[in-house]
Amino acid sequence: MKIEETEKEKIEEFALFDDWMGKYEHIIELGKSLPMIEEKYKTDDRLIKGCQSKVWLRSEMKDGKIFFTADSDAIITKGLVALVICVLSGHSPDEILNAKMDFINQIGLTQHLSPTRANGLVNMIKQMKLDAMALKAKL
Amino acid sequence: MAEQTIVNKKILDVQKVRKDFPILSRKVNGKPLIYFDSGATSQKPKQVIDAITKYYFEQNANIHRGVHTLSQEITSVYENARATIQKHLNAKHSHEIIFTSGVTESINLVANSFGKKFISAGDEIVISEMEHHSNILPWQQLCEEKNAVLKIIPINEAGELVLDAFKNLLSPKTKIVAITHVSNTLGTINPIKEIIALAHAKNIPVLVDGAQSVPHMKVDVQELDADFYCFSGHKVYGPTGVGILYGKEEWLRKLPNYKVGGGTIKTVTFTKTEYADIPLRFEAGTPHIEGGIGLAAAFDYVNAIGLENISAYEHELTTYATKKLLTIDGLKIIGTSKDKASVISFVLDKIHPYDTGVILDQLGIAVRTGHHCTQPIMDKFKTPGTVRASFAFYNTKEEIDELVLGVERARKMLS
Repeated sequence: MKIEETEKEKIEEFALFDDWMGKYEHIIELGKSLPMIEEKYKTDDRLIKGCQSKVWLRSEMKDGKIFFTADSDAIITKGLVALVICVLSGHSPDEILNAKMDFINQIGLTQHLSPTRANGLVNMIKQMKLDAMALKAKL
Repeated sequence: MAEQTIVNKKILDVQKVRKDFPILSRKVNGKPLIYFDSGATSQKPKQVIDAITKYYFEQNANIHRGVHTLSQEITSVYENARATIQKHLNAKHSHEIIFTSGVTESINLVANSFGKKFISAGDEIVISEMEHHSNILPWQQLCEEKNAVLKIIPINEAGELVLDAFKNLLSPKTKIVAITHVSNTLGTINPIKEIIALAHAKNIPVLVDGAQSVPHMKVDVQELDADFYCFSGHKVYGPTGVGILYGKEEWLRKLPNYKVGGGTIKTVTFTKTEYADIPLRFEAGTPHIEGGIGLAAAFDYVNAIGLENISAYEHELTTYATKKLLTIDGLKIIGTSKDKASVISFVLDKIHPYDTGVILDQLGIAVRTGHHCTQPIMDKFKTPGTVRASFAFYNTKEEIDELVLGVERARKMLS
């Protein structure tokens, strides 16, 4: 599935919730499906800077596609990482680098994109794209 | 309830006060804003906003420069603002009041200037375990540059300074003590007068970080006998980007220059510059004019209400909130000093503070989450962060009830 298609799917999925509580409960639920990073990779160099909660991210290349695993100590953050990983994982570096990620706004999670010190989502996406760039260079 | 009514109606009419703060009537995420982040920055009454607007509509000119009427007028307004601040702090002279950009710059100024002249290798600087990073880093950097030693006053489990340890830290090598009046994370009100007396008994000057005290209590720098005292405008219902360094005249005169440039001089030639007297010697460049004016307007505003009334009302709010919050299962308050300002930091079971903050935000409740720029405190209490609700005199008990409901809701969703 293309990135845009998964994005569209996610927008539709979130449209089912008409209040914030449903939406956040769904985010928390998504966290449970997060492809977990192995404990041994939870090292400081894999911590994403600028998150109030801790987020560890690992990016691996398999057959020209990048797969992400991650974890967080906060459960809403974990859900947000899961959401982003679900959209980006399994795609080529170029697809990841070109992804606009506008679906986050459309889902109504714009507040998580503001570049405050507390917020991790922007840095998470940035790190995924940086990793994609680095892995692309190795191709 | 009877007591509450008396406080609300006689000491402070909170509904009347709230009308002065335009932002309090807005909604956030579809809910009425409940602003419990005054410890990070306070909201501004329209009297302050009007003073700033008036400056740009009617008074804008550069100060201390022109012979033209506008410049002379605004110079007087700005210097009157300095006098208002002097009076508010009960400083002896208006030239002991230096406009800065905030506490951070005030402390950097002293650390730099004091450090240049009075700190040498092996000297000691005493701070505490509860300092904001702004009162750690300038001293840490100075110690690194000068090969001096940073000594830390420990805190106990209640989040209070261990005074006996402080006494033992003061040595012939101690050159300055820099300490917060009120902890931004724990709410602890430190016995500053006693601390200053202990340091002065050994001829050691004291700098006090008043960022969290000046908004909530009467501070008299002469009564405290503080050598340096600083605070930020934006936390005292005034504008951002302006702050104050109070320094005793005798100390300010001893300090070498910090930043130099326009406004700090008497005469300049390429070989020799004669510098202006204090306070202008420390105020390089065109200052934050509307900031200074707005800050004075903020003090006029709180003085009309009465800081004693504000303190009493906020104490009432804090006591109420503490009692209510403690009814929530799994909630633990970090910072339980018997003498506390209107700051409550808490942790909730194993729930990450960030998660709680996100849920509260959805309910229109603004709290701060994280380490509050006091990572050593988080290390001490072994938590990645706390949720911090900080109150001001425009908050109500009904808002606290909403907070308690919100935290309970967050706990259910996140457990």
